[in-house]
Amino acid sequence: MEIDQWKCVACSNCIPTCPMGAIYIDTTVNRATVNLDECVECCTCYRGMSKEHLNPTVVRTIRGFLKLLRIRFDPEPDVCPTDALTPQELTWPRIIRRAFSDPLVPHESTGIHGRGTEEVKTNDVTGRVNEGEAGFTIEFGRPGVGVWFRDIQRMTMALAPLPIAFESKNPVYSLITDPKTGALREDILDEKVLSAILELKTTLEHVPQVLQVVEEVAPTLDTIVSIGVSTRCDARGDNQLEPLLKREGYTFYRGKTNLGLGRRPAVAHA
Amino acid sequence: MTNTLHRFGAPESLRDDYIIFAMAARGINDEGAPAKLQAFLRLALKQHPVNVGNALKGGIFRPSKKLTPLAHWRRQEGVDPAEVVEGIDACTAVAAVFDDPKRLEAFLADLRQADLGISINISALTDEARACCQRAGITRHSVEYSLGFHGDLNRLPDRQVLELSTMCGHGMVSHNFAKKMIDWVKEGRRDPRQAATYMAKFCTCGIFNTTRAARILEEARIGT
Repeated sequence: MEIDQWKCVACSNCIPTCPMGAIYIDTTVNRATVNLDECVECCTCYRGMSKEHLNPTVVRTIRGFLKLLRIRFDPEPDVCPTDALTPQELTWPRIIRRAFSDPLVPHESTGIHGRGTEEVKTNDVTGRVNEGEAGFTIEFGRPGVGVWFRDIQRMTMALAPLPIAFESKNPVYSLITDPKTGALREDILDEKVLSAILELKTTLEHVPQVLQVVEEVAPTLDTIVSIGVSTRCDARGDNQLEPLLKREGYTFYRGKTNLGLGRRPAVAHA
Repeated sequence: MTNTLHRFGAPESLRDDYIIFAMAARGINDEGAPAKLQAFLRLALKQHPVNVGNALKGGIFRPSKKLTPLAHWRRQEGVDPAEVVEGIDACTAVAAVFDDPKRLEAFLADLRQADLGISINISALTDEARACCQRAGITRHSVEYSLGFHGDLNRLPDRQVLELSTMCGHGMVSHNFAKKMIDWVKEGRRDPRQAATYMAKFCTCGIFNTTRAARILEEARIGT
């Protein structure tokens, strides 16, 4: 993201909207500026703020006069008065920042918008996770912290030797060069994204092993790790994962419930 | 919609927060999905959700790209919910947010009868979701549990900021903006409902619960 230095009036409205805290007032020029190392190209500032199209010179003059009189005015907090925010044309590898961070950009590897796949959300149709199995969503950078791919790689390499199967349609998987080692493409390791999700599947008996590795690696990373774990329920709606997680000492009460109302289309017979 | 999974808060802070969303499985049952997704949201609107959204085009609360200075005194904060429904023209995920389990339950009964054939999920307290399903005669198929945040938790902001910002799991409601809204409400510069609406406009999927946000902001205002 860039900020048009002629249009910007240093109103500071965009500063708190940035999830990465990457926008600041450059006091040498009195304009808002983006720290491009920290910017993840999520476009939150550009898309989330409403826009006016006022004349920057007029706005600066009024603001300067009011500031001189020590008058605090009360502008709307979600408006860029001069439409100064400008998305950049991105090239590889920086373009990967937007692919993972902007939910309105479809990821090429999955064809869907967002960082993950359909996971358990369409499990009633796809049968991706069955009884006796567990699907993991291990998310990095959430909430609002961000993550460098070099940190994601530390987790993928720690998990790769375990009896698991990475989800092949997942965007992070598309960046793994060797599933046996969990190594990611070298040219993206110094790119930062708002968040990324690693998806994998294993059997219920290996759930404690996966959780142990995630818990061991997470504190060594320069980010936060959010864990989701799913399974299929039996005919009564019960499952074996819940008591297993409780035995492992986890407290949990929130999640997603697939109602089982989806179905495959009927096959027409000739 | 993993973006709904890790909403932060103690169970008592999540009792007015139910997201229900629909999607088709790509390449399997996505033919004709837009019409089914529209039907889903039309049924949802009968029960007066606090927000509805299309993951591709946004929710009820949307920013405006052409404000004039006069708009500050009579801003249009979003679009008619019917516009969200009419805007569905592709295979996407759509969601409705309820603040009352009874309304969700009534919606579930309608959904069961409508038999749309696409996948439908509830993101909420799992026991509450299961109970709602049972009362509507539905047995859950699968479940995903949130095991919360791990790692260097010192990097996280305080409880109320996190409760607000995690209502957009894509991270579009920044911690700093949530903190700013709490401060503005405490200073009396905006009321909780106005501050909740500002934040909702940043959530591109329409899953931000403005009722819960206004409640959290009111609690923050008086320091509870």
